[in-house]
Amino acid sequence: MRELTYTAAAREALAAAMAKDPSIFVVGEGIGARGGNFNTTAGLYDLYGPMRLRDTPIAERGFIGLCAGAAMTGARPVVDFMFLDFILDAMGELINQVAKMQYMSDGRLKMPIVLRGSVGVGGSAATHHSGNYYSIFAHIPGFRVVLPSTPYDAKGLFNTALRGDDPVMFLEHKLLLNTKGPVPEDDYAIPFGQASVVREGGRDCRVTVVALAAMLRKTLDACDQLAKDGISVEVIDPRTVAPLDMDTILQSLHKTGRLLIVDETFAPCGIGAEIAAQAVDRALDDLDAPVKRLNGAHTPTPYSPPLEAAVIPNAATIEQAIRDLLAE
Amino acid sequence: MTQTTGKPLTKERLLALYRTMLVIRRTEEQLARAHQAGLIHGACHTYVGEEAVATGVCANLRADDAVFSTHRGHGHALAKGVNPAALMAELFGRATGVSRGRGGSMHLFAPEVGLMGTSGIVGPCILQAAGAGYSFKLLNTDRVGVAFFGDGAANNGAFHEGLNMASIWKLPALFVCENNLYATEVPFSQSAGNPNVAERSAAYGMPGVLVDGNNVVKVYEAAREAVQRARSGGGPTLIECRTYRTRAHSEGMRDAGYRSADEVEAWKARDPLKLLAAQLPADDIAAVESEVKAQVDAAYDFARNSPYPDPATATTHVFSE
Repeated sequence: MRELTYTAAAREALAAAMAKDPSIFVVGEGIGARGGNFNTTAGLYDLYGPMRLRDTPIAERGFIGLCAGAAMTGARPVVDFMFLDFILDAMGELINQVAKMQYMSDGRLKMPIVLRGSVGVGGSAATHHSGNYYSIFAHIPGFRVVLPSTPYDAKGLFNTALRGDDPVMFLEHKLLLNTKGPVPEDDYAIPFGQASVVREGGRDCRVTVVALAAMLRKTLDACDQLAKDGISVEVIDPRTVAPLDMDTILQSLHKTGRLLIVDETFAPCGIGAEIAAQAVDRALDDLDAPVKRLNGAHTPTPYSPPLEAAVIPNAATIEQAIRDLLAE
Repeated sequence: MTQTTGKPLTKERLLALYRTMLVIRRTEEQLARAHQAGLIHGACHTYVGEEAVATGVCANLRADDAVFSTHRGHGHALAKGVNPAALMAELFGRATGVSRGRGGSMHLFAPEVGLMGTSGIVGPCILQAAGAGYSFKLLNTDRVGVAFFGDGAANNGAFHEGLNMASIWKLPALFVCENNLYATEVPFSQSAGNPNVAERSAAYGMPGVLVDGNNVVKVYEAAREAVQRARSGGGPTLIECRTYRTRAHSEGMRDAGYRSADEVEAWKARDPLKLLAAQLPADDIAAVESEVKAQVDAAYDFARNSPYPDPATATTHVFSE
């Protein structure tokens, strides 16, 4: 199969959807002729012009509020926010308007708006360009929250985002944007709320690891090391944190008896806490050991490479966390 | 002040404007009584005194034009075509309410007549109206988006960001500032470096007009020109309507200590209904009075006798499926 980068895979989904549906338009800073800071819209401006590839003022609250109004009146906006940190100014629009509109209108208004852009720690982006924040959005009723970890998933999940009528936070980890992987040419869609069992454990597997976005690759690296010692690990990528596919996680836990959640972002009130709570609530009898979490430090993100590396899990700390859990 | 354009309004047209204002007035008075009687479970911000603004603007709109409103939105809803019975039922928390009992006063939704929501948050309506304008332009229609908002919202960042985007992209939108001189109880004169809102339009490169918001004909004419401009691709307009809320900010709130009785009385003397009634035959006014009274009485009975929503529906429509 041909290989595409993560960004090219998502762009292929966007380009195909825009060709079919004239109500889709993209807003963002530099997403017009420039083609996007991360090449998310490269080549599309020449095809569709400024009305559908709209460079905006630096007014995140403004253009997200504008897109809410557009989505209420028949258009399908895609907000290309570049860095998730930039749309924190729009939290009121997002939580009070975008997420609540369908409910407030008793389902008579739809809110087909895709908010996409980069998240995550890496590349000395420092603390105003490294936010993850997906747990915050997963906490709010009304959002779909998507964190693809591969080019294949990026295309399939972006297609689902573009076809639905709900607000979608489509969060692309910055360290994944240029990674390559196999991507089919056909127009497939991956449903939300369907986790992927990325690495299946053997019959003697005694631990399940849930890992998201950039943590998935690091977890798989840790698993390769552990395999050298004959340790088998089952690895699950939820792919979407809202909705969250707990059933797949619990099926694995039933088999292995141990659960570790590896999550780059903060532990308190985070998605790992939610997964752990549900595991204890629904599968206490399956647990042979306490549910464990390995998270990034509860701190703003520092700039200097050794400082930055110190605040997020890596393959070595993940490997150790798995060994520790197996020793419980 | 706006230029008067076009022919003078016919008597029938003026009576229709009067009728809309009266429906708003009598509905609000009924709601105020219902609030005192405990039938309204939450907030109730009345539009008494400001009826000319919603009436004069919405008389220029079609059902498929989109209105985005405020916390003081009953008048916008009624002027845009919401039935008083469905409005009252909503404030009474009933299943027949315009939002099926989910919203109350500040979350009125009737997209079927182009009421895209009243709101408990000051400012977003400005951005959403710009967005409706974007949508209508993108989809090659001649529909327009309209934001009603108060003087308080004119000091919010949404005003700046929304008007700027509407101007640079020539969006078919109207921004109607209902300047009633107070943001709740904070005087606009104390919260605006330049208390002339219409003048701010110059900063965004769009036309701005200041009109007497208690004169429905003046509002109507200003809105007519702005709607024509928007429909024909001429872009947005800011209209500042100077008006006054003669009841308390919210029903049940004290209404003292921030404005004088003389000020209230002076504005009551310029009541928008009285100003228009003076131009119309007394018999016609009396006939409209009796017709509207019957309509509002029936609305009240309908609302009071409507069932409450089924609690099983409390979590539906969070998502589209």
